Amino acid sequence: MLTDRDRIFTNLNGRHGADVKSALRRGAWDGTKFLLEKGRDWIITEMKSSGLRGRGGAGFPTGLKWSFMPKPQEGRPHYLVVNADESEPGTCKDREIMRNDPHLLIEGCLIASFAMHANACYVYIRGEYVREREALQRAVDEAYAENLVGPNNKHGWPFDIYVHHGAGAYICGEETALLESLEGKKGMPRLKPPFPANMGLYGCPTTVNNVESIAVAGEILRRGGDWFAGLGKPNNTGTKLFSISGHVERPCNVEEEMGITLRELVEKHCGGVRGGWDNLLGVIPGGSSVPVLPEHQCQDLSMDFDTLRNLKSGLGTAAVIVMDKSTDIIRAIARISYFYKHESCGQCTPCREGTGWMWRVVSRMAEGRAEKREIDMLLEVTTQIEGHTICALGDAAAWPVQGLIRHYRHEIERRIDEYTARSTPADYAMPAVAAE
Amino acid sequence: MTKIIVDGAEVDVPAEYTILQACEAAGAEIPRFCFHERLSIAGNCRMCLVEVKGGPPKPVASCAMGVRDLRPGPNGEPPVVSTRSPMVRKAREGVMEFLLINHPLDCPICDQGGECDLQDQSMAYGVSGSRFFENKRAVEDKYIGPLVKTQMNRCIHCTRCVRFVAEVAGSPEIGAIGRGEDMEITTYLETAMTSELQGNVIDLCPVGALTSKPYAFKARPWELSKTESVDVMDALGSAIRVDARGREVMRILPRVNDDVNEEWISDKTRFVWDGLGAQRLDRPYVRDNGRLRPASWGEALGVVAARLRAADKGRVGAIVGDLAAVEEMFALKDLFDRLGVRNLDARQDGAAFDPAQGRASYIFNPTIAGVEQADAILLIGTNPRHEAPVLNARIRKRWRRGGVRVGLLGERVDLTYGAEHLGAGPDTLTELVEGKHSFAKALADAERPLIIVGAGAAAGEGGAAVLSAAAKLAKNAGALAAGWNGFAVLHAAASRVGALDLGLVPGESGLTARQMAGAGALDLLFLLGADEIDVEPGAFVVYVGTHGDRGAHRADVILPGAAYTEKSGLYVNTEGRVQLANRAAFAPGEGREDWAILRALSEQVGARLPYDTLAQLRAALFATHPHMAALNQISAGDASDVERLASAGGPLGGEPFRSAVPDFYLSNPIARASAVMAEMSALRAARFAEAAE
Repeated sequence: MLTDRDRIFTNLNGRHGADVKSALRRGAWDGTKFLLEKGRDWIITEMKSSGLRGRGGAGFPTGLKWSFMPKPQEGRPHYLVVNADESEPGTCKDREIMRNDPHLLIEGCLIASFAMHANACYVYIRGEYVREREALQRAVDEAYAENLVGPNNKHGWPFDIYVHHGAGAYICGEETALLESLEGKKGMPRLKPPFPANMGLYGCPTTVNNVESIAVAGEILRRGGDWFAGLGKPNNTGTKLFSISGHVERPCNVEEEMGITLRELVEKHCGGVRGGWDNLLGVIPGGSSVPVLPEHQCQDLSMDFDTLRNLKSGLGTAAVIVMDKSTDIIRAIARISYFYKHESCGQCTPCREGTGWMWRVVSRMAEGRAEKREIDMLLEVTTQIEGHTICALGDAAAWPVQGLIRHYRHEIERRIDEYTARSTPADYAMPAVAAE
Repeated sequence: MTKIIVDGAEVDVPAEYTILQACEAAGAEIPRFCFHERLSIAGNCRMCLVEVKGGPPKPVASCAMGVRDLRPGPNGEPPVVSTRSPMVRKAREGVMEFLLINHPLDCPICDQGGECDLQDQSMAYGVSGSRFFENKRAVEDKYIGPLVKTQMNRCIHCTRCVRFVAEVAGSPEIGAIGRGEDMEITTYLETAMTSELQGNVIDLCPVGALTSKPYAFKARPWELSKTESVDVMDALGSAIRVDARGREVMRILPRVNDDVNEEWISDKTRFVWDGLGAQRLDRPYVRDNGRLRPASWGEALGVVAARLRAADKGRVGAIVGDLAAVEEMFALKDLFDRLGVRNLDARQDGAAFDPAQGRASYIFNPTIAGVEQADAILLIGTNPRHEAPVLNARIRKRWRRGGVRVGLLGERVDLTYGAEHLGAGPDTLTELVEGKHSFAKALADAERPLIIVGAGAAAGEGGAAVLSAAAKLAKNAGALAAGWNGFAVLHAAASRVGALDLGLVPGESGLTARQMAGAGALDLLFLLGADEIDVEPGAFVVYVGTHGDRGAHRADVILPGAAYTEKSGLYVNTEGRVQLANRAAFAPGEGREDWAILRALSEQVGARLPYDTLAQLRAALFATHPHMAALNQISAGDASDVERLASAGGPLGGEPFRSAVPDFYLSNPIARASAVMAEMSALRAARFAEAAE
């Protein structure tokens, strides 16, 4: 369990002030100028050695991502874009950072921008996050007032930060769709390559990072990459914000070490599963897009990228959705399917047509109004969507359904049997066709 | 060049190729819906998926991935692409299935049936059955104008139409609303499209979502005889294919000709065919007591011949219209030369082009494809959007690439690209010639300046001087350098360059078209399809033509001719390119090919033309005008002609320049007979009236 000493987000629960004075007291903006003076190479090396993997869901090493930025060219400014479009169902970690520890984020933006030759940073906030935008804007204004950021700030790197409010589309959390939206176009993902590091915002080199990945950067550099790498497990280092929701006694956001077991996470911080650990049905470990894990795989489950990937699920955004035995798992997945059908942008064929198909079939299965051979058909449809689309929304829509079929096929079959039994009475006989 | 292995065969392709292009170079066929050579890459249909070895274990969209983005093998082997692997086949079947689950099964009543990409590719790459048992999506049909019919259930959201109107046509009026499976293609609030190139979305649409409204339910593609021809609606001579069923032209489609029209045609070209069946002159008429009455060929020709024999040859004349083919103009000139008539003119608009000044003085010297090399463009007295929409799209294509300034001298119009309006008329032209205008510097700095003079500018009071000034401007800007002649004349009539090549202008002391049309100027006037000029009372008028238009109303004798789809004829486009239009159908009723009418008349007036067949006529034509024999070629003009023109000078006059085509949709007798064109014209007029309010 993470000790208080190693905590990065010391005001996650908002017990203290979010203003700049309180943040300074908690250690934000401490020695930032000194960090910048150590140079870009040092920053990127430290980030690499910390082993920090992107906190937005895909888990790509952050230091490596920063190092992909090309050499600066005249007339092609670099940009840092912070993805605060936190729309994955179950995920609510970034909003707490923006509400309660916004200065860690702003400081991280400055450091990351400096490391990547960017003089401007855009924070793209999800449309529904109104209070979060206000809180972050307030903090940005404070930082400008204190000359922590700005064209002539005290850190010596000209830097502007802009808070942009989205309109609430899930797809705008996809990095290239986010850039399109930021440019004022329809939020539809771009084709890759070219990747944003070469052709990003307004055609210029751009790095898109999650809020959490950026917010931890300052603390990692202050304490050293080795400190961060010493926490967690190899290749899955450091601390991570977990958002635990669902059938637990006290749903919460908590910062914990990577690799903590699910049981410890739930029992220490959330007061345990509703009705006791044995009442657990399954867990969606990383936000709605990752496949559900059944109870028997959750016993000694280590919450890190690699373990979960080996179980054909994923850590995603570490939004743990706990479901107890009262859950109708098929209906739950059908609802998730509806979400992806609703949020598909419609650009490419498999996702546009396939998400609706999946939702309709799973919805029928939730009633039992289906045939058993349709289960395998549905599984095949998911594989025809997965990997065939422009962005990862197709995958995200396919995985929950795959998880459902992988682990709860018996449940679907039982539901179908029940429905069939109900709709055809025991004494049912085919009515004879009246002779003409 | 980069090496790449496609299906086991190594090919060497340029590094900037996409995988799709590389696969095609290797002979592999890649199915596609959203990809189109002349539009930007969308990569959204996912039909062109191929397998790339060594990459992530999923197929990639070959239309969007560049060859240079592929990783070579561990020991530097060329990247390996597979287009026939099980993974690819499976992916294609999957995409095909997704496309079809919400696509209606209405092929039997769909106008696209028989020429539908979805139909063809589902046969080649799809599976035979469907596993989709839910309700299909229903989408309301949209109104997007009188030309394009929509059946939005059939839409597969490839966005080709959206990209076409945004990129090529330059009037971004189609877009997608909604998202996910509720995405719908529409115009804003279902208003009619305004582009003159909108019909091309019908060809681009790979399914039957956008079809031709006038052609709806008229014919099936396999019933039609297809004739390759050229268009005469403007002076570009776009390559077209005329589809006819029996005697009736059912539709007109573009052909690919990269030198002229790429693969676009204007709406007038495409939809004018209904005008070929309306208001037709299908028998000779003779005016008796002020009323036209039907007559036999013998009688009508007899009346004309008697008049012609009796007339004082100095008081006989002929005006040639805008749609005449070279053959009949040659026959006319031949006949009148034999009779000693000098009053001959093809310039019914009064434009000051003079064949004596050399060919370069009246053709589009840099060629249409050459527009793409220009780095400064000046438009003088022309509105290419109405005079030649396809050329306008070419200028827009050049403009989109950047690094070019476009100046417009004349009416202030929206050309779909960022043209700077420099001024309205001669005053600004003078400033430009004298180098006082800021745009003159842009022209002088340009390596390949292009100066386009419209027929409208040459038709004004100081037409000859305007042409001379434009030539001088070209000379000053260095547009007459070796390898680049930037002096370009954009004609508005398909017959004009051919007529000028033949020398169809007044001979010594002959009268011009306008003079001939004046009251009491002549005793006998021939109109060879000339409908754009008002002939004042006095002369006995013989009209040889196709439609009951202005010329026929004024005529005393009408001799019915053949329209451009009803005869084989040569046309010389504004570049000076000689092209052949083929016969797709026969003239209605007793209509005859125009050259044959003149041949018959020549017999009766005792000046027999020495050719009995079209082949003999052409042989005579080629003997005197050898460049007409070089089909699809341009016999280039001589830049020194332009220099000579530049030194002519003269007073420019004071009138502002006007476009030669005041109403795009009603610019010739065929278009004026077309109900579709009338509707489009009325729609545009209503829109202007609304905008003015």
